[in-house]
Amino acid sequence: MAVPNFETTIGLEVHVELKTNSKAMSPSPVGYGAEPNQNTNVIDWGYPGVLPQANQGALEYGMMAATALHADITRDLHWDRKNYFYPDNPKAYQITQQQQPIGKNGWLEVEVDGETKRIGITEMHVEEDAGKNTHGTSGYSYVDLNRQGTPLIEIVSEPDMTTPDEAYAYLEALRQAIQFTGISDVKMQEGSMRVDANISIRPVGSKEYGTKVELKNLNSFNYVRKGIAFEEERQAKIYLAGGTIQQQTRRFDEATGETALMRVKETADDYRYFPEPDLTPVHISEEWVQKVADELPEAAPERRKHYVDDLGLEPYDAKVLTQTLEMSDFFDATVSEGANAKRAANYLMGDVNAYLNEKQMDLQETELTPKHLAAMINLIDDGTISTKMAKKVFTAITKGEDPVAYVEANGLKQLSDPAELQPIIDEILDANEQSIIDFHNGKDRAVGFLVGQIMKATKGNANPGVVNKILMASLQARKPE
Amino acid sequence: MAVEKLNRQAVENVAGLAKLSLDDNQAEMMTEQLDKIFDLVTSLAEVDTDGVEPTYSPTQNQTVLREDVAVNANQTKQLLDNAPESEANLIKVPTIIDEGAEN
Amino acid sequence: MDFLHTDLETLHQQLVDKEITATDLVQAALDNIDATDPKYDAFITVMKDEALAQAAQLDAQGIDADDILAGIPYGIKDNIVTKDVLTTAASRMLENFVPIYDATVVEKLRDAGAIGIGKLNMDEFAMGSTTETSYFKQTKNAWNTDKVPGGSSGGSAAAVASGQIPYALGTDTGGSVRQPAAFNGIVGMKPTYGRVSRWGVIAFASSFDQVGVLARTVKDNAHVLTALAGQDAQDQTSSAQAVPDFAANLTTDLSGMKIAVPKEYFGRGVSEEVKTTIEAGLETLKSLGATVDEVSLPHTQYGVAAYYILASAEASSNLQRFDGIRYGFRADNVKNLEDLYVQSRSQGFGDEVKRRIMLGTYSLSAGSYDAFFKKAAQIRTLMADDFKKVFADYDLIVGPTAPNVAYNFGENSDDPEITYMNDVLTIPVNMAGLPGMSVNAGFANELPVGMQFIGDQFQEEKLYQAGYAFEQATKLYEKTPGGAK
Ligand SMILES: [Mg+2]
Ligand SMILES: [Zn+2]
Repeated sequence: MAVPNFETTIGLEVHVELKTNSKAMSPSPVGYGAEPNQNTNVIDWGYPGVLPQANQGALEYGMMAATALHADITRDLHWDRKNYFYPDNPKAYQITQQQQPIGKNGWLEVEVDGETKRIGITEMHVEEDAGKNTHGTSGYSYVDLNRQGTPLIEIVSEPDMTTPDEAYAYLEALRQAIQFTGISDVKMQEGSMRVDANISIRPVGSKEYGTKVELKNLNSFNYVRKGIAFEEERQAKIYLAGGTIQQQTRRFDEATGETALMRVKETADDYRYFPEPDLTPVHISEEWVQKVADELPEAAPERRKHYVDDLGLEPYDAKVLTQTLEMSDFFDATVSEGANAKRAANYLMGDVNAYLNEKQMDLQETELTPKHLAAMINLIDDGTISTKMAKKVFTAITKGEDPVAYVEANGLKQLSDPAELQPIIDEILDANEQSIIDFHNGKDRAVGFLVGQIMKATKGNANPGVVNKILMASLQARKPE
Repeated sequence: MAVEKLNRQAVENVAGLAKLSLDDNQAEMMTEQLDKIFDLVTSLAEVDTDGVEPTYSPTQNQTVLREDVAVNANQTKQLLDNAPESEANLIKVPTIIDEGAEN
Repeated sequence: MDFLHTDLETLHQQLVDKEITATDLVQAALDNIDATDPKYDAFITVMKDEALAQAAQLDAQGIDADDILAGIPYGIKDNIVTKDVLTTAASRMLENFVPIYDATVVEKLRDAGAIGIGKLNMDEFAMGSTTETSYFKQTKNAWNTDKVPGGSSGGSAAAVASGQIPYALGTDTGGSVRQPAAFNGIVGMKPTYGRVSRWGVIAFASSFDQVGVLARTVKDNAHVLTALAGQDAQDQTSSAQAVPDFAANLTTDLSGMKIAVPKEYFGRGVSEEVKTTIEAGLETLKSLGATVDEVSLPHTQYGVAAYYILASAEASSNLQRFDGIRYGFRADNVKNLEDLYVQSRSQGFGDEVKRRIMLGTYSLSAGSYDAFFKKAAQIRTLMADDFKKVFADYDLIVGPTAPNVAYNFGENSDDPEITYMNDVLTIPVNMAGLPGMSVNAGFANELPVGMQFIGDQFQEEKLYQAGYAFEQATKLYEKTPGGAK
């Protein structure tokens, strides 16, 4: 507990944008970067006479999320309307699943300070996103409806978290779980994952929850952690000064690290929910659930287990590789292209990660392919190139070059043929009588010198292992009288 | 189940939710007329509906869903032309103050 | 061209035989409207140029003998959207609204070669049963211009009954096709919920609304519904049920048809002259071979209250999109965004619309939902169950369409409770999503009395069969108001 004698209760509401082709209730395309209002039609504008057209894909993504979050899938549901006026909400109602959310009673496991804790997920529902408002200067705002109708899932946690770190860990776990389903990019910075936090504090031992404050504008997991920590302190100060906590919506100010009042909630909002009469009730059959489950990629915990048990990776390495779906998928693909799993893991955690950091890129944005990485690893394993040569090859494959062709074209082949190496070594030994004497007098330095000379003569292309073997045999054979 | 009569205050609250403004006369009239309709509604209370499933639609359709295929309507210009005010392909409205939109 | 005495099949034959052209028919309708609309005020918009252009094109390419509706003009209720043609829903809110897409029904009729001639007056957003709540004009009854035409499809009914046009589309949420058809002595069909696509129909109450047909005769009506019906991907509540040719196989023999007459449909509030006319109509049905028994639909009396809660609740939500931001009316000189919403809506909507929005908003609001919305939805179940029980033993239910014949303007509008009670006989059909049709059964005080035929879901064929036999036995459609020639 951050403030002595108080305990904190945190619940999180997370909105995740789904990567469907079309919108939740209209065939308009989903996506970023279009001209304003380009991805809109009469449905998105709430034109007189239009009707919603519920998207099967959005519903199935909701089923996938429910499965990934260990929730029960609701088998019979209908859509509901949530009524409120706002310029980015053209129908003045949002189509959502209030009475029968697609998933209920889920959970996620998080690890904080070495302890595992289960955080409950009350429910998750599929709904429509709103458009976007921008604010001009001279008394006007502007509305772009491109985002209007993009499918969302809203995931509501139980108030099971008690520290900012637990909230952070929950969000990490949630992001990972959703990302591994492939239904969303779950990127805070692009708005495909959005977090609201409810936080209250109460004196230790008190049975009733304190008045909760809702935090908005939390644009990173770090801000969530900071915002909650700030609220713990702020609310405790009010209690300690004998005040009462007001039910408020507050925004997190990134510049100051503090929260600021947005509005006071005097009365509960009255959204006048009722069943959406323009859509049909939905029945989800056992077969449908099974079909969707079959399409679902393996989740991170299962992948980790597979990496350790079947591929022989260290648990730590398995964890690093499963931090993102991209990395895990890339690893799997590299291994299935025939690469040694350990070496593939090392490359991904080492050179590849360093490269991504340096370039500030995502794996998908690079020209690296699992096929090329696997081919490079195989060139190392069969002795064609040295790990040192591999540095150059790696640079080449980040530019999309084929490693085998690159090695060929640049004469990077390691000299491993004893028949080729023997005359070169003999020549070096002939020229360095003293070193032979030194060796036989027990001066190990002589070997290093000779290897250096051989490498120089072969422009570094000699296979060090083979060189070592031939050199030792030749030195023994040249033992002075 | 008793249905409470509407008072003037309740009428004003409802008008607020519905984004309607009523002048004194209208509010008076509306209170009176709604009150009469509520007399009708009171009669519903005498029907025993315990355990009766509500019907929200007579449709017999179930699980009618659209395949997830995107279609661009290419209607942006026509849509914007119908808007009372627009600028740079955006719908123009008086400044939105509260950023507290829900979804 | 005399639309009052010429049915669709005859017009079609004349077109195919090249005795007349589509242009002749369109011109005749335009002339009728010019001559008589100052009297009836049925049209909000006349699509003169569009209609003549389409007619010329059809004449050039020739009328297909298979397209019964091709080349024949028709009218469209003004809550059905038409691309590039003003669509107002009779509201100030949409006074200048030009849609950029067509309703599915309009598209289907165009594909069948039918020619839209204009947009018809109605109660604002279809809320009313007299067409008096229109922002634009007051449509008059085709039989007596001192009387209301009924509503909300009052313009559609008056235009057809007066002979301006051969048929029109209406919409029916609680009786808005059947009741004006009854008041004007024509045939009004409200199909099963889901039979016809709602795409492009400006929503009043989504789980009640259906597009219907107003025509002079049962067979004409059946031809049009055949063209309109069918599943539409743009309306997920539209049904995949097969669509028969409703006009085929109509006979004058009702042997073996079992008709139920609910005693509640002859209860308090139903006028004596309506009762006697319908009772005579039932005798006619018997003489055609049908059996007629009295039954009970015990929850009928709760229909009006439950309907007003549910339909108004849906309407309050459906009409929130009219906010002055993306299309339609925007108030001037507003102080801020909130003011823009409130002023645009308060100035854009009329009193009846506001009243229903208020009732609906209240019904859904926190603390009222269970006693209002949910309770009414439970009553809806009970009403549907009442019908189910009857349809287990009977083919059709028959009774009056409205408790009264057409009345004077202003007569009921002061007291919404009384006005709403006028819908008591039509509402149950929408509550259960059933097909219902009004056919003229005779006259009282020189005004038509509608007889309502109600069937189980997707049993429109039975309605048309009984209606056709009745109509052929009585030939009441031969009696026409002065109207257009
Ligand atoms: Mg929600
Ligand atoms: Zn939400």
